[in-house]
Amino acid sequence: MSGMVKILLFAASLAACVPAAAAGAQAACGGCHALSRPDFDRLGITERLERKAPPLWYAGNKYRREWLVQWLQAPTRLLAAGYFPNAAIRSTAEGDEPDPDRLPKHPALSRAEAESVADELMAKKPHDALIAAARYEPGSVNRRMGAMDFGKFKGCQACHQDEPGKGGLSGPELYTAWQRLTPEYIVSFIADPKAWDPNTIMPRMEMNDAAISKLADYLKLIGGGQ
Amino acid sequence: MRMLHVMLPALLLGGTGAARAETGAELYRMYCVQCHGSQGDGRGVNAKSMDVLPRNHRDPVEMGARQDADLAKVIREGGKSINKSVLMPSWGHNLTEEQVAMLVRHLRTLCCEKKP
Repeated sequence: MSGMVKILLFAASLAACVPAAAAGAQAACGGCHALSRPDFDRLGITERLERKAPPLWYAGNKYRREWLVQWLQAPTRLLAAGYFPNAAIRSTAEGDEPDPDRLPKHPALSRAEAESVADELMAKKPHDALIAAARYEPGSVNRRMGAMDFGKFKGCQACHQDEPGKGGLSGPELYTAWQRLTPEYIVSFIADPKAWDPNTIMPRMEMNDAAISKLADYLKLIGGGQ
Repeated sequence: MRMLHVMLPALLLGGTGAARAETGAELYRMYCVQCHGSQGDGRGVNAKSMDVLPRNHRDPVEMGARQDADLAKVIREGGKSINKSVLMPSWGHNLTEEQVAMLVRHLRTLCCEKKP
């Protein structure tokens, strides 16, 4: 690749990932996040292999607005190893580990920018039907039993952490999930992840509504929702 | 600049047309490396937190003891289906049968085919 092409591509990627102060969600976020539904039929898994960040085209069905506004002003890392499969990992003699030098940092927005971007994102609701069909009967779960269900019985701990430092690194941390996600999204996504994202790397497990609600109750408990 | 003229149309054209066929290596990178590792040696970024380590797909003895049908079953139905760890999930809802077969073929290249 010529030096000129390298410079052009680098400049383009920077421009795409760093939000301009007064830019809307499309200009600010579109370089890394999908803001409209990708053409999955045409792209196949290439779409996922080239993703840089979580898709936002159904953000309004997924996130709690108040969390978005808060997080956008003071972003924290929700994926300890970055976004898979192009995560920032390095191969070492002890196995793969997150590469801190390659983990991207999300820009922080001002309060006004965060409110504006959150409004735009919350308007993205292509999956209203999935939310309407979601069945969640809130209940309570014992912390020890919930942890066993999460870790030993369902195996969620392979990829997710239910407390800091406990569990896998490839999936988003789940001890903060209740604060950022709607309950309907949580149960619907667990029930059928591909209905939300055809290229998801979240497996669908054979669980009935009660079992899924129990997992959601556990996320509520560890997320400070009860 | 001549190179730029050649590359830009190629970049633009790359975004059109039918999807190209995926490879077993790409499917492995998408679904497996988190646990089984970027080298396929069972030491993925998730492995450190596990009591039972993921299978080392580079181990010809361990992998040689499994039939292709067994590998396809565990990919499709998860570790529990063969009395192994529940930490290996079932990918049967995410993958087509053709993709499962591609992954099995890729596992055979990892374990048992020497690189030229």
